[in-house]
Amino acid sequence: MTIPSLSLLLQSIVNGILMGGVYSLVAIGLSLIFGVMHIINFAHGSFMMLGMFTTYWVYVLLGIDPYLSLLLSIPVLFILGLVIQRFLIALILDAPEYNQLLLTLGVSLFIENFALFVWSPNYRTMEVPYLSKAVTVGILTISLPKVIAFLFAVILTVILYYFLKHTDLGKAIRAASEEKEGSLTVGINLRRIYYLAFGIGAACVGAAGTLTAPFFYVSPQVGSVFVILAFVIVVLGGMGNIIGAFFGGLIVGLAESLGAAFIPGQLKQFIIYFIFVMVLLFKPEGLFGKAHE
Amino acid sequence: MSNGMPRMRNILVIVAVGIFLVILPRFIGDYFVHLVTTVFFFGYLAMAWNILGGYAGQFSFGHAAFFGVGAFTSSLLQIHAGVNPWIGMILAGIAGMLVGLFIGSLSFRFGLRGAYFALTMLALAEMLRLIAVQVCTVRYPLGINIPIKGNSLLHFQFTSKVPYYYIMLIMMAAVLCLTYVIERKKIGSYFKAIRENEEAAESLGINLFNYKLLAMAISSFLTAVGGTFYAQYYLIIDEEAAFGVMVSIEILLGPIIGGAGTVFGPILGAGVLEFLSEFARNILGGYSGIHLMVYGAILIVVIIFLPSGILGGLKLAYSKLGKRE
Amino acid sequence: MGLMSILEVKDFSKHFGGLWAVKNFSFELNQGEILGIIGPNGAGKTTLFNLLTGFYRPDSGRAFYKDENITGLRPYEMCKRGIARTFQITQPFAELTVLENVKIGAYNRIPSSQQATQEALRILETVGLSEMKDELASALPIGHRKSLELARALATKPEIILLDEVVAGLNSREANDMLEQIKWIRTQGITIVMIEHVMKAIMSLSDRIIVIHYGEKIAEGVPQEISRDAKVIEAYLGEEYAFVARE
Repeated sequence: MTIPSLSLLLQSIVNGILMGGVYSLVAIGLSLIFGVMHIINFAHGSFMMLGMFTTYWVYVLLGIDPYLSLLLSIPVLFILGLVIQRFLIALILDAPEYNQLLLTLGVSLFIENFALFVWSPNYRTMEVPYLSKAVTVGILTISLPKVIAFLFAVILTVILYYFLKHTDLGKAIRAASEEKEGSLTVGINLRRIYYLAFGIGAACVGAAGTLTAPFFYVSPQVGSVFVILAFVIVVLGGMGNIIGAFFGGLIVGLAESLGAAFIPGQLKQFIIYFIFVMVLLFKPEGLFGKAHE
Repeated sequence: MSNGMPRMRNILVIVAVGIFLVILPRFIGDYFVHLVTTVFFFGYLAMAWNILGGYAGQFSFGHAAFFGVGAFTSSLLQIHAGVNPWIGMILAGIAGMLVGLFIGSLSFRFGLRGAYFALTMLALAEMLRLIAVQVCTVRYPLGINIPIKGNSLLHFQFTSKVPYYYIMLIMMAAVLCLTYVIERKKIGSYFKAIRENEEAAESLGINLFNYKLLAMAISSFLTAVGGTFYAQYYLIIDEEAAFGVMVSIEILLGPIIGGAGTVFGPILGAGVLEFLSEFARNILGGYSGIHLMVYGAILIVVIIFLPSGILGGLKLAYSKLGKRE
Repeated sequence: MGLMSILEVKDFSKHFGGLWAVKNFSFELNQGEILGIIGPNGAGKTTLFNLLTGFYRPDSGRAFYKDENITGLRPYEMCKRGIARTFQITQPFAELTVLENVKIGAYNRIPSSQQATQEALRILETVGLSEMKDELASALPIGHRKSLELARALATKPEIILLDEVVAGLNSREANDMLEQIKWIRTQGITIVMIEHVMKAIMSLSDRIIVIHYGEKIAEGVPQEISRDAKVIEAYLGEEYAFVARE
């Protein structure tokens, strides 16, 4: 264990929060899906990967700015999520919990390995000239794409929050997640809500992929890294709790970053898993959560 | 159902299959011996998983934890303390069982169930993998290599695949018998009760914690022993082959596809998957992940159309046919 | 018939989030009797059962079974000692056959698979489910499901059996069969505590009745006394109505 310098520490904190914003976006999608349908979406990581690849190819082949590609990746992933919900998941909504988990596992296996087949396992990176700059604030050097990613992530989260809180459709989604039977009696079309929720969840994590592509490596297997993190965040924040997922994301981002400063190599991931198990054992409703069984 | 005639027929079938499997290696080349051994191997692991997941209903998404512990234990003991691999195999089993008892007591004591339990097992496997990564990066950058001793039963190493075939055949048969016995006795019924309805089970005098732990102990022991076999078969292991997420997934796919909670489901599923993956590899060629894509597709199809696995689907078809007459 | 108390409950109290489900509830159960527990919906009857069978821990109070303090024991320990129960909403082992369901109950006292099967078959015979023995529990209609629930609990060879609304939801023929079952259970020497909403059933079967309202015992006595008790009438129907047990 090495004791880092002050500047490194501050650097880690800032980086942690920046990444945390992106993690939050990933987790919020997962949390929404769970909150509404009680489905743990294993395929979440592969959605993110698809978002990343969308941005990558669109940039490499057409020269389109990565942040502009949000206009593409969000709808594409939304539709993909909707389709998967409509044609696969809807068929087993009444099945035991394990089956739903296994279905999304199957989807993730298929998508990831299909991507592997088509795009090869090579790591790719996006070289975007104006993004290779770093922003200097005092003693801190922060990478520009990370800052932009954080800003966009927060904006998207706020939009989503507003949507859920103040629009009719959003309220319908919240009603469906809190009280399934009751929402049926007020005429809410549950099936459509499910399509929507899954679509939005996928769109969120697809957007996260777009935002991360400029500074992270792009590869078909990148999804699994993020999906585990997303699970940890969602459990920490309380399944179905959007606000919890947001703050949980920041916390995990911080923990990971600080952990990396103190602990060598991959052990920092160990800590994340450890926290995960501890929360599951002792406070499964999450640090912020309401008890969701 | 134990009345004379069907029983006699079942025994004859089993004996016939047994004889067939015993003489099979003489007629097929090395490649096919390897293939069938792999089928036995995954069938063995599938049955081990099935005891905890299929019978007791506690799905683990992290059985690689025990597999890896087994492989690493026997290998490291062999390399550093000269422990004979057969003895190492027993010790590996015990090590795996201890890990299982540890995580089991924690999980079951705190009432972890369903997806939360599945994910906790996954987290455990990942944590062990990360530890293994550290160990391997530092001391075994080229993986853990079992010292070559040539063709030796004593050292559990052979130059031909055939002896491995027979060893795994025996191991698989043993677990098959174990599963069959469990299925018919009180312990199996209690496992199934726990799987079906924990509250009802408790109200009937079943100590949930003890029985879940028992299922975990058996399952983890057997899986760890399988890890040792793997190490001795390939003579090299690394953290990914031992603790990787794919290992956990491949282990549980067999029972799910074939039929969890049944005696023959896991082997059937493992067999189908293995042959399909070989097929995919030969037809679609190239890289190693192709079979996983096939697995993903099959998993999706099975969950939607055959939620009780292939065996369940067959039973349903059989009973429907019976009702028509 | 000498009265011998086999179960004694002293001041059971249980609250959920500030609301008292059961409060200072005490009673004694005598060997061989049929004790009925009635009360309006939400009065705390099932909570009481859950407390008695270990599914809930009482916040305060104690229970003694044959002079042994059984407070806070887990459900399986209760069953081992001889206290069995049925559930208000039946809880069958859905994917297992009727026979297997009952056999699991029989394993409580019988370790051998073969003997457990024999015992299960015997019990299925007495409740009239023999023909269904190979059916999946999930395929049974409500009447048979209730019988299965009963059979399974009986298979554990209990000394006390707690029946939670076993008659509710049955048609009159099924209900009569069930009442005969319960009478038969008593002849086997098993003590019965039953919660029931079907007044005719509980009034005709019970030796004694306890009335629970808002978690507290408001009356205790033989059926005739209870039916005339002003507090009971008020609790159920409000002051205006007189409640008469019709036979």
